[in-house]
Amino acid sequence: MLRENQRRFKFDWITIILFLLLVGFGYLNILSASHDGDIANYFDTSQLYGKQLIFIGLTFVLIIIILSFEAKFYERFASIIYLGALLALLGLFIFGKEINGARSWYGIGSMTLQPSEFAKFATALAVGKYISDLQTNMQTLKDQLRVVAIIFVPALFILLQNDAGSTIVYLAFFFVLYREGLQQIYLVMGLSLIVLAILGLKFGVLITALLATSILIISFFLRKKKKRESIFQYILVLLVAVGFSYGVKLFYEHGLKAHQQNRISLWLRLEKDPVKLERMKKAEAYNLIQSEQAISSGGLVGKGFLQGTRTTGKFVPEQETDYIFSTVGEEWGFLGSSIVVLLFVFLIIRILYLAEAQKSQFSRVYGYGVASILFVHFTINIGMVMGLIPTVGIPLPFFSYGGSGLWGFTILLFIFVKLDSNKINEW
Amino acid sequence: MRKLLLLTTVLLVGLVFIGRLFYLQVYGGYDYNVYEDNAIRKVYNYPKRGYVYDRNGKLLVANQPSYDVMVIPREVEPMDSLEINEFCQLLKITREDYDKKLERATNYSPRLSSPFVSQLSKSDYAVLQEKMRKYEGFYIQKRSLRSYQTTIGANVLGDIGEVNRGIIAKQPYYRLGDLIGKQGIEQTYEKTLRGVKGIKFIQKDRFNKDIEPFKEGKLDTLPVPGKDITITIDAKLQAYGELLMTNKRGGIIAIEPSSGEILAMISGPSYNPNLLVGRDRSKNFSKLYNDSIAKPLFDRGLQAMYPPGSPFKTLNALVALQEGVVTEDERFSCSLGYRYGNRKMGCHAHRSPVNMNTGVSQSCNAYFANVYRRIIDKYDSPAEGMDNWSKHIKSFGLGNYLNNDLSVGQPGKVPSAETYDRGYGKNRWYTTFTISNAIGQGEVLATPIQLANMAAAIGNRGYYYTPHIIKNIEGEIIPLKFTTPKRTTIDKEHFEPVVQGMFDVYNKGTAEMLRVKGIDICGKTGTAENFAIIDSVKTQLTDHSIFVAFAPKDNPKIAIAVFVENGYFGSRFAGRMASLMIEYYIRGEITRKDMESFVLRYSLEHEYQKPFSGEPFGINRQTTLEAISEEEYQKLMRLKAEIPKL
Ligand SMILES: [Zn+2]
Repeated sequence: MLRENQRRFKFDWITIILFLLLVGFGYLNILSASHDGDIANYFDTSQLYGKQLIFIGLTFVLIIIILSFEAKFYERFASIIYLGALLALLGLFIFGKEINGARSWYGIGSMTLQPSEFAKFATALAVGKYISDLQTNMQTLKDQLRVVAIIFVPALFILLQNDAGSTIVYLAFFFVLYREGLQQIYLVMGLSLIVLAILGLKFGVLITALLATSILIISFFLRKKKKRESIFQYILVLLVAVGFSYGVKLFYEHGLKAHQQNRISLWLRLEKDPVKLERMKKAEAYNLIQSEQAISSGGLVGKGFLQGTRTTGKFVPEQETDYIFSTVGEEWGFLGSSIVVLLFVFLIIRILYLAEAQKSQFSRVYGYGVASILFVHFTINIGMVMGLIPTVGIPLPFFSYGGSGLWGFTILLFIFVKLDSNKINEW
Repeated sequence: MRKLLLLTTVLLVGLVFIGRLFYLQVYGGYDYNVYEDNAIRKVYNYPKRGYVYDRNGKLLVANQPSYDVMVIPREVEPMDSLEINEFCQLLKITREDYDKKLERATNYSPRLSSPFVSQLSKSDYAVLQEKMRKYEGFYIQKRSLRSYQTTIGANVLGDIGEVNRGIIAKQPYYRLGDLIGKQGIEQTYEKTLRGVKGIKFIQKDRFNKDIEPFKEGKLDTLPVPGKDITITIDAKLQAYGELLMTNKRGGIIAIEPSSGEILAMISGPSYNPNLLVGRDRSKNFSKLYNDSIAKPLFDRGLQAMYPPGSPFKTLNALVALQEGVVTEDERFSCSLGYRYGNRKMGCHAHRSPVNMNTGVSQSCNAYFANVYRRIIDKYDSPAEGMDNWSKHIKSFGLGNYLNNDLSVGQPGKVPSAETYDRGYGKNRWYTTFTISNAIGQGEVLATPIQLANMAAAIGNRGYYYTPHIIKNIEGEIIPLKFTTPKRTTIDKEHFEPVVQGMFDVYNKGTAEMLRVKGIDICGKTGTAENFAIIDSVKTQLTDHSIFVAFAPKDNPKIAIAVFVENGYFGSRFAGRMASLMIEYYIRGEITRKDMESFVLRYSLEHEYQKPFSGEPFGINRQTTLEAISEEEYQKLMRLKAEIPKL
């Protein structure tokens, strides 16, 4: 009896409370965004808010199940879980149901299940398992490539199912790899490539090339003579940089679908012709404009729960799912929205803090994976809803309506809660 | 270090997000456009458009209510075909029209309202109004259309029509379906006449029901009614001028010299302004617009540029006196023309030699060739002389836009040294190259309104007011530029000999037979050669008939320019019409009935058919006059009898 009690209280209650706050607050906003005037029955399963309540109920069952497994189970079965997830993704190509152009769902009766939401924790487990293997040396290219392959395969399946948003999430693992010893140069390269891509699109390849040349020349002369690389290496870097920036431009112009191109164009303000711009906005930015209007109209303290005229008027499409944060903005104002942002920041930092405290490398890597995945979702979703980054359709963890998403994130988080609770036994 | 990357990134993103939230929600940085916001219903309240009166207080343009059915495509509820058919019947459109109109509106914008059926009749509106609530997404917008109280002055009054998207893009005040002045004073005084529409913003719920005034009605505005205006036109004179222009093409501009007010502004052929009101506007407009032969929308009084011919000689006389290169008594001989080098500028038979007075009244080409050469050759180089001459001529309002309040215009042309430098090369031309300027041919071009203004400036002995059409705006004063005199470069004392010469044109010169007893008219005849391309051959047509006059000789009340296309010599049609207009304005009735019946009885339509007949035809001397039928003539006389009732 006593042992049982001790064990229960080893769970990190801060994480659990943050989780509960987010899920609870999320539910209130889904209620706002989906109700139809009078709410006769909170459990009315013909309504989204009723369904979400059931999803949340099942979540607690799920949590109990996850926590009741031995912590070791997750490390031991990581590979099998990963393979299972891959099979589930592969199965979509045959049995998958297409919704909004993406073949990402299994239909079971009236229910749908989205395996990509579950593939994230499976990949995190697999990455943890591989990196923590004693024979793995993250400094070697061979092992780096293998880890990248583990991450790349599910990402590729998801991309092929036309769910570009969920694919981007897999970039989160860069943070994990970097923490586990990926060379500094990759970080520098990664950032440089992002900057080159944006500069190339915004100002053209020529200006980007001139800029890159001047930066390289300056760094050449700043470098101490003895440590200085040969001039040919500089030229090679320059050629790669210009080539890349040109490649991005070509890809933007010919490789992207029209709507993706428009979203980037709107984000970087590439279109100068006011008529075309207006047309583009009409086609692509409708959701965003509605969402920004809803958020802006919230003011300092918001219009109050169930009082948002734009929310109850259903002016923001997809407001229960990807655009749920606009409900927060309208009804809870600057104060409520800032609290949601802070809750996410606290949760991610808390997980990072716990991950660093892990004794086993597997737990640490997994914890880092959890933090990174949540971070990417949080950044992309809220950034998109507020117009800071181009439109990418991915949910806000614990907030957005939907069973698969909620369960996927819950499993992701609570496996870590379980691993963390076990650290005492890991001498 | 490695532990810090994600941590700092998370903190940074959190900070950026809270900053962005602050910017959007607290600082109010979101560029919010309430018009684009589909959660807010915009209810427009259109004010009364200002009335238009003539100079004697006669109401010319008033309003009539009009009802448009508007649609917001997003809000249209699906209907079954029975319901749609019933709706179509009410709107008097076909089912195909319904689908087409709805598609067009959706393409423009699913969220913004666009006109669905414009300008319903009153009876259709009455029936529809009761049933309108059944049709979600459609509503009726009341507007005010023009109601013309007259059939004259279409080119003066202009009309109003729906704004197009180009205008909306430039002037965001206008929304689709709004009306805007398209021509004439409706266009130039659009803002004054229009007023400002009022708007109410209403918060909607998701069922499109109004909830409450948006922001407690703080953004709402009341409509500001348009202002009434009085124009300088004398409706009776305008009507009489249009009558005289029947069966002819051309322009008449009459100006009050002491104020620059335009008394009449006729362009023939004319049309009834009521054609451009209501549902048939676009159909009728296209018909007028596409008439490339009669060109009724081309305002000949304002837009037709021609070499002014003989009336221009008066200016050369004035410049010569001002420059001191000739005295009024100095005589030049003329032997059927003027020889220079081995070329000759012809003249008609008259006694010789002539002084300035006779030069003007007999319109002697040789006299003016001599005078013109002296003006230019006074200076060391022809270029210097030319620029000096050009400066004098331009001071009469020629060669540039008059900068008035009419919706259309043309600058005309007055050559300068640069014109010939471009043609021949710098310093490679001589005065004789430009000698046609002496008699108003060659490079000089002017519009009838410029010629009328020139006559006013001569009548005023050296100044003019920019010709304008606005006389009074309710509660406003008219722009200063219309009430400030513009001085010409010619001193007052030099005008008498020229005015006397123009007076003698009527007394004993080329317009002797146009005299009106008891009114001292000063005038000058002119013709302009003109050409058309027929079957890709440049073919000369009968000359245009030009006449410029003012009266009375001292303190003139009216200055006029008449221009009749292919009217042959100046005194035939243009001169008669000018004399009649002057008499009608000053005396209020016509004593020279013979002149009037000549002008009304003879048509030039056959002349206008010639280039299109495909057969060879004669011009000028070989033309004959063709009379209209007695029946038609009586009709015109009846129309004339109607004018005093205006
Ligand atoms: Zn002569």
